[in-house]
Amino acid sequence: MNEQVGTDRVKRGMAEMLKGGVIMDVVDAEQAKIAEDAGAVAVMALERVPADIRAQGGVARMSDPEMIAGIMEAVSIPVMAKARIGHFGEAQVLQSIGVDYIDESEVLTPADYANHIAKSGFTVPFVCGATNLGEALRRITEGAAMIRSKGEAGTGDVSNAVTHMRKILGEIRRLRSMSEDELFVAAKELQAPYDLVVEVAREGKLPVVLFTAGGIATPADAAMMMQLGADGVFVGSGIFKSGDPKARAEAIVSATRHFDKPEMVAEASRGLGEAMVGINVADLPVHHRLEDRGW
Amino acid sequence: MSGAPFVGVLALQGDVREHVEALETVGARSGAVRTLEEFRGCDAVVVPGGESTTMSRLALIDGWFEPLREARSAGMPMFGTCAGMIMLADQVLDARPDQETIGGLDVVVRRNAFGRQVDSFETDISVPVLGAEAFHAVFIRAPWVESVGSGVEVLAEISDGDRAGTIVAIRHGGLLATSFHPELTSDVRFHRYFVDMVRETV
Repeated sequence: MNEQVGTDRVKRGMAEMLKGGVIMDVVDAEQAKIAEDAGAVAVMALERVPADIRAQGGVARMSDPEMIAGIMEAVSIPVMAKARIGHFGEAQVLQSIGVDYIDESEVLTPADYANHIAKSGFTVPFVCGATNLGEALRRITEGAAMIRSKGEAGTGDVSNAVTHMRKILGEIRRLRSMSEDELFVAAKELQAPYDLVVEVAREGKLPVVLFTAGGIATPADAAMMMQLGADGVFVGSGIFKSGDPKARAEAIVSATRHFDKPEMVAEASRGLGEAMVGINVADLPVHHRLEDRGW
Repeated sequence: MSGAPFVGVLALQGDVREHVEALETVGARSGAVRTLEEFRGCDAVVVPGGESTTMSRLALIDGWFEPLREARSAGMPMFGTCAGMIMLADQVLDARPDQETIGGLDVVVRRNAFGRQVDSFETDISVPVLGAEAFHAVFIRAPWVESVGSGVEVLAEISDGDRAGTIVAIRHGGLLATSFHPELTSDVRFHRYFVDMVRETV
């Protein structure tokens, strides 16, 4: 019997299958079906989308397994769910009900302000947020099989997603130009393992898929993030907090697929109705910013 | 034929880049195919790994089924991995009732037959047409082949364990399909086998 489950290759490979796609936040089976019909490549099952977590406050936790199971039952595409940063107990529960991916997410209230989940020991793969390359590499070292830019969830303001994506990819470009001796210092500065830094310098990319997230609300947002180098897009509040979720979902899927064809992005953008209202990240008090959660 | 064949990789979504790299490694010309114009320049097509439900929806939205079926009927070789296998199958079990496929492969496949992501696995299998050396196969939310029609050649089965004998690689005329992802490993023998098929037909 030589079958092996839960290897890096099957965990990272799963994310490869999602490339070029849109992963949508959904709070019930009905939204999940709308997402699937619109061509979403996976859904993120959660009780409150980030915009509502922001508005309502309180401690945001893992969703009810009953609700997640209902969504898994309702759609045939993969189902992801969120666990709090460092909350390995929630992650164990999510793995036991068979979700396809766990997002160790800054959108929920962190459970541990020092440590992230030791993800390598799980069979289920994890996606984690990052604002820069060092953070991404630390998450990968802990066992993350997919990275997403953090952006600023629940705002509809794409500026932080842009900042984080440019930062991660810019730092990778910088590594590529370094000589071997400089990479030792780079590893120290990035606070990441040397071997992983060397691998990224050699390959010119992360060893895992890199999606974007946090504030994507329009087809043009998605198209821009794909051109900046994202492998795919997470849309949280942007779809079901808009005037016409079905049309917007289809439009963002189309713009993600045809990101380099402005005339098709234009076509997708026509007559979508109201986008989510949105909050300027600059107007958020610093302690309400989610991007600073995780380190 | 003169020169290397152009094998396009249908880029609705999925692991397109890995296929392009494998195809180039074995001497084909390759690239992502996103438009009908790009499709017209193809001698053959790979339908990559991805999410079959999504791929089918997007193919419908973008109007891909008609041109792909016409090309297949005209003898264009096609290679599907995982979701791509589902896209080429005549019949799919455990899929949405409205899931359309390109079809042509006279088989019944069962979607996610090995289970959800926590059941995804890698293992060595024997593929006699590729030689004696075992092939390291990566199965991700993978389908299997439930039954095959008379013209279908079985290229590989699971070798051992509970699921020994399960069909996971097939060829039917110009159509090649695997439940697993040869593009996720550095073993390019399946891609070489396919490009040889293409060279024979072009």
